[in-house]
Amino acid sequence: MADEVLFDYLHMEMIHEFFNENYKKEGKSEESMTTLELLGFRVGQCVIERLTKDSPRFKDELDAMKFTCKDFWMSVYKKQIDNLRTNHQGVYVLQDNKFRLLTNLSSGKQYVEAAPRFLAFPCGLIRGALSNLGITSVVTAEVAIMPACKFQIQIQRV
Amino acid sequence: MSRPNVKGLDPKKVSGELFTLTYGAIVAQLLKDYESDEEVNKQLDRMGYNIGVRLIEDFLARSGISRCNDFRETSDAIAKIGFKMFLGITPSVSNWSPAGDEFSLQIESNPLVDFVELPDSHSNLSYCNILCGVIRGALEMV
Repeated sequence: MADEVLFDYLHMEMIHEFFNENYKKEGKSEESMTTLELLGFRVGQCVIERLTKDSPRFKDELDAMKFTCKDFWMSVYKKQIDNLRTNHQGVYVLQDNKFRLLTNLSSGKQYVEAAPRFLAFPCGLIRGALSNLGITSVVTAEVAIMPACKFQIQIQRV
Repeated sequence: MSRPNVKGLDPKKVSGELFTLTYGAIVAQLLKDYESDEEVNKQLDRMGYNIGVRLIEDFLARSGISRCNDFRETSDAIAKIGFKMFLGITPSVSNWSPAGDEFSLQIESNPLVDFVELPDSHSNLSYCNILCGVIRGALEMV
């Protein structure tokens, strides 16, 4: 029954920890982003497993994406995605106008440079979730104005 | 395009699991980064301290509790209100020292350790050390 704030605080602390440590050791902040993204990947895989335990197989990719936008987002961030766009060729853009992990930072243009580190974990979360649904993808995020952010998902078809 | 409603688990439980899973991933990563279990314990305690310092504000705002008069009240506040509010469990307070300034909190079913097994190679690891840090940080602020 962990409260949402617990996860928010843990996430903030995690970013603080991994960025400080790596910066001190080798001065590379990209490595920290990768680490955070990988953590998100692991967690995303597990979360989606638990969520879809009893539900039937998804009919197609679009169905899986819709599930991600509705149920997955709802259980992780307590709200649904505001906008889902696709070009039907494997690129999806998810827009969240009030991303929970960014609302505490600012609303507007302040601290936009710091936003990417808060988005590494969520990107990994999405990538992990999709990978366990059988979809390989590359997920990136961008922030123009806080706390709205866009996740771009590119499906890798082999 | 209708699909039968995903019954699955209700949202509250999943957010609890999210926390547990994230914590597990953090510990695993720390174990990779640092060589010794002792170092990891220290890091977890430090992280917990930082979290506790912020969490106490949340706790006070939600519980509206007034100042505790003595240490026993403090222990009750931690066990019955704090833990219950955030983790949904009520640890039992026991093992009071003769001077009344030390006690133990015993947790029966800790949500942090769901799905976790500690291998023998890391027997020195205090997996829940973050909780120690959180309590320390929170209490220091009051």
